[in-house]
Amino acid sequence: MAAPLTLLLIVAVTIRAVLFRSSLAELILERVEVVSPLNAWKRVVEGLALLDLGVSPYSGDVFHETPLMIYLFHFMVDYAEIVFMIADGLTAVALYLSIQTYNKNVFRKQKYALESDRYPADCLELLRSPKEMFYIPLKVAMFYLLNPFTILSCVAKSTCGLNNAIIALFILCTLKGSALLSGILLALATYQSIYPLTLFAPALLFFLQRLYIPVNLRRSSFWFFTLQYAFIYVGSLVVITGLSFFLLGSWDFIPSVYGFIFSVPDLTPNIGLFWYFFAEMFEHFRLFFICVFQINVFFYTIPLSIKLKEHPVFLIFMQIAIISIFKSYPTVGDVALYMAFLPAWSHLYRFLRNIFLVSCVLLACSALFPVLWHLWIYAGSANSNFYYAITLLFNFGQILLVSDYFYAYLRREHHLTHGLYLKKKDGTEATLVLK
Amino acid sequence: MAAHRCGLSLVCILIFSSLAHPSSCDTLEKANDNTATKRSISEVNTDGSVAGEDMNERQWQSTDVEVNRSDGTKTSETFTPAPAPAPARDQFQEELVIRPLHSGDIYASFQFRTLWDTDFLQERQKKVSHYRLFPKSLGQVLSKFSVRELHISFTQGFWRTMQWGQPFIPSPPGAELWVWFHHTVSDVDGNWKELTNVLSGIFCASLNFIDMTNTVQPSASFKPLGLGNATDHRFLRYATLPREIVCTENLTPWKKLLPCGSKAGLAVLMKSEKLFHSSFHSQAVHIRPICQDEQCTSKAWELRQTLNVVFDHYTSGQGKKEWSLFKMFSRTLTEACPLASSSKVYVDITDNPEGELFELSPATHLLSRAVVLGDRRTYSVYDLTRAETFGQLRSFNLLLRWKGDSGDMLRPLLHAERYVAGFGLQTGEIHTVIYNNHPYRAFPVLLMDSVPWYLQLYVHTLTVTSKSRDNKPSYIHYQPAKDRHRPHLLEMLIQLPPHSMTEVTVQFERALILKDLTSSALVPSMVAMSTNFTQDQPLFSSFVPVKEESSYFVRVYTEPLLVNLPTPDFSMPYNVICLTCTVVAVGYGSFYNLLTRTFQVDEPSPPLAKRLANFIRRIRGVPLLA
Repeated sequence: MAAPLTLLLIVAVTIRAVLFRSSLAELILERVEVVSPLNAWKRVVEGLALLDLGVSPYSGDVFHETPLMIYLFHFMVDYAEIVFMIADGLTAVALYLSIQTYNKNVFRKQKYALESDRYPADCLELLRSPKEMFYIPLKVAMFYLLNPFTILSCVAKSTCGLNNAIIALFILCTLKGSALLSGILLALATYQSIYPLTLFAPALLFFLQRLYIPVNLRRSSFWFFTLQYAFIYVGSLVVITGLSFFLLGSWDFIPSVYGFIFSVPDLTPNIGLFWYFFAEMFEHFRLFFICVFQINVFFYTIPLSIKLKEHPVFLIFMQIAIISIFKSYPTVGDVALYMAFLPAWSHLYRFLRNIFLVSCVLLACSALFPVLWHLWIYAGSANSNFYYAITLLFNFGQILLVSDYFYAYLRREHHLTHGLYLKKKDGTEATLVLK
Repeated sequence: MAAHRCGLSLVCILIFSSLAHPSSCDTLEKANDNTATKRSISEVNTDGSVAGEDMNERQWQSTDVEVNRSDGTKTSETFTPAPAPAPARDQFQEELVIRPLHSGDIYASFQFRTLWDTDFLQERQKKVSHYRLFPKSLGQVLSKFSVRELHISFTQGFWRTMQWGQPFIPSPPGAELWVWFHHTVSDVDGNWKELTNVLSGIFCASLNFIDMTNTVQPSASFKPLGLGNATDHRFLRYATLPREIVCTENLTPWKKLLPCGSKAGLAVLMKSEKLFHSSFHSQAVHIRPICQDEQCTSKAWELRQTLNVVFDHYTSGQGKKEWSLFKMFSRTLTEACPLASSSKVYVDITDNPEGELFELSPATHLLSRAVVLGDRRTYSVYDLTRAETFGQLRSFNLLLRWKGDSGDMLRPLLHAERYVAGFGLQTGEIHTVIYNNHPYRAFPVLLMDSVPWYLQLYVHTLTVTSKSRDNKPSYIHYQPAKDRHRPHLLEMLIQLPPHSMTEVTVQFERALILKDLTSSALVPSMVAMSTNFTQDQPLFSSFVPVKEESSYFVRVYTEPLLVNLPTPDFSMPYNVICLTCTVVAVGYGSFYNLLTRTFQVDEPSPPLAKRLANFIRRIRGVPLLA
């Protein structure tokens, strides 16, 4: 399996290297779909220039990277292209290994359940075979590395690629069972962009499941482990934040990075839901709607954790997808991360209801983004509503996609306990509905 | 579909240069020292030895300085104020300078100077309530807000440096306000906010639109012009409103500040329908503390009201270059302001030393020489305090008749222009081109640029090139903008090589902006300068102090820029709010469904009649139907 992965990495790096050298790189660098004010490379360079001028990079409204990022690029700015290619490769390898581990776990569980005869007889066709699962890790890596969204993001040198790498490493460490590394990486991801904080719940659930600790609020072992993990997480978050303070000598970065993420002052168009809504929103209601929109990311964590407490890896996927839909400055790089997981759920395919429609919507939107942008900004023959309509449709497609996978996952679980071919009371073939 | 893209915004740059001797040409600090010198402002000294020693390097520029020193002393002597009565030494001077421009236009510059003899440093202890010549409205503002220096100007029109040369006193297009506060002020921003609102009332202008989003604190570009060497720029506030339209309603309150109003003296010429029917109009008020004498034993407030107009009589007069006071202002002068200690009209006759180019009537034998902007000029002087000026008609109507064609205009030593490059509404590049036309001298130039927050500047793209070589600024002060709070401020010190063109470029990105900023406005631009200072010159040449005659100080303003911004379409805000909320609700709804419901086999529900029957049976307590 190492050979195809190596080949894949070589192909991916070649594509990126060619694009970096081509004239397209300049064009991609400015695309609003690919870079947001939070992660634009131009702003990183600007921040470094401000630092050279002796001005705090956070004194203006240009730079919103974390202090650790400045110091990384302070030394690596000349090797930025390599850094971004390595980050992408790292993400792909981490995802590859995580899904490999995950598949092993799934197969082992399935084997135990089968041996204890827990599956209904007609469910055998729902069970997963090693043959089918063999290529899934490679497909996941391929979905990440060869996804045009990832490639664009990498060529634009959007720091989103680095955040993705941190999250992928976090997933790998979690699935490998290292609570310490997982906590540290989660803290790092949170430090980078706040939202991954919701991944705390699935990671905790995974560890509890792995250590056979039941989720029971009265059990001391549950609390012991939860506190332990929370301590690692909060501790490393404090250490990282303190480190940034000492690097920079001021707390300026807190309002400039996290305040910027939460209060959404920059209304540059992007693929998210925030920009046009708050451009049109009356100033009076702004705070209220900011709260309403931001809460969407965090809102689903607890109900999802309860519903999916047996399936933490799927929960991770759901959380990443929700973050990328509802975050304040989404870019295609965020979308690419959760899309990489789709091959891992290929066994849900038969339960997906509108995958054709959704793929058409997403493909059409991706093609229409640059077209309508051009019409609005350069040709002047369209206006902002056109571009807004496409972002709206794109988000609608993403929501459909995620809820469809969620539906399919729940339905498969239902069939695994109740049988695939359900009958009504009168013996005719039944249809399943949500009630 | 067309309305969405015409947001306009304005950017105003001012370049601020100090031309100096090679020996003393250096940094801003030096220029500061000049300001600090005690003798900075004074009209007391009467020695007429101005012109002699500066055998200058400017000969190349002034085409024919035929030294006409017949009575330099005579004119300057008229400047001596009559020894004022001891208790109140307030005084008032007025003058009008007329300069025929080579383009055929006429440049008329009024200056009114009121001195208020009060010790402003102790002002805080004792309330000042006695006003003679100084307008009370301004005096109260000064003491209430602890203002140290105040400069305000309103300008309409475009100063064409290439055709008109440099004006006497600089001002940018629209409104400009800069204030130095006293160093005892604790809440500078609060004072500034209130002051702008009060001034807005006094001048009937929209100065109340000055807020934190267009106020900057330049670190080096605006030094105090009066007494005091305050250099702590925390007490300085500078703002421009490039969109401000100047009109009659601004002129009337401005005229009311004069001791004689518009009833007597030079101010009778200010008929608004004539003044605003001009190519260029600029009115200003400058207040600063100055020394009364050379030793600086007593201090005074100086209020300088200036009004500059450029009339286009060449085109409106069918190509004839003749003009008269009556033609320009539709009035003639009948008397000086009785309160004025001096009241004069100057006509620039530098190009006409022998009277071969044009003829002035009535003729005057009074001549004055002054070094203005490093250039020696000769002026005919008409003293309105003397009865003979008005002749037998009791009315003074100055008339100029051209005999031949005037010579070519010399290129201004220093001028600048700027434009926006790039296409589309996403990014762009601001180009500023500064020309140094001096054949062998390099000039240090301090460049200040204040860009509104909705243009996101990228300072790492800043390039300065002279003669196609990189010209690294020796000093850069950059303060990035904060959205909706603060504009960008970029100041840098550049050395302009002789006879060169220096190009400064910086890239910017346009922000998607909110509706309150989409209205459009057009702003003219202006190039302005301040003059050489020597101790006993007419008013127009004594605003900005400079030590040496051949080193002087010029302030140049470029055109403001008009930048299109991508704007949201506000025709349907409710639709946008509803549609976005719908998509969020779709997400919420589908998750909610999946989270709270469970899968069940769909059993067909019994028909309505049966359900009703069962309902009744349940009430009666009878077993239900199957």
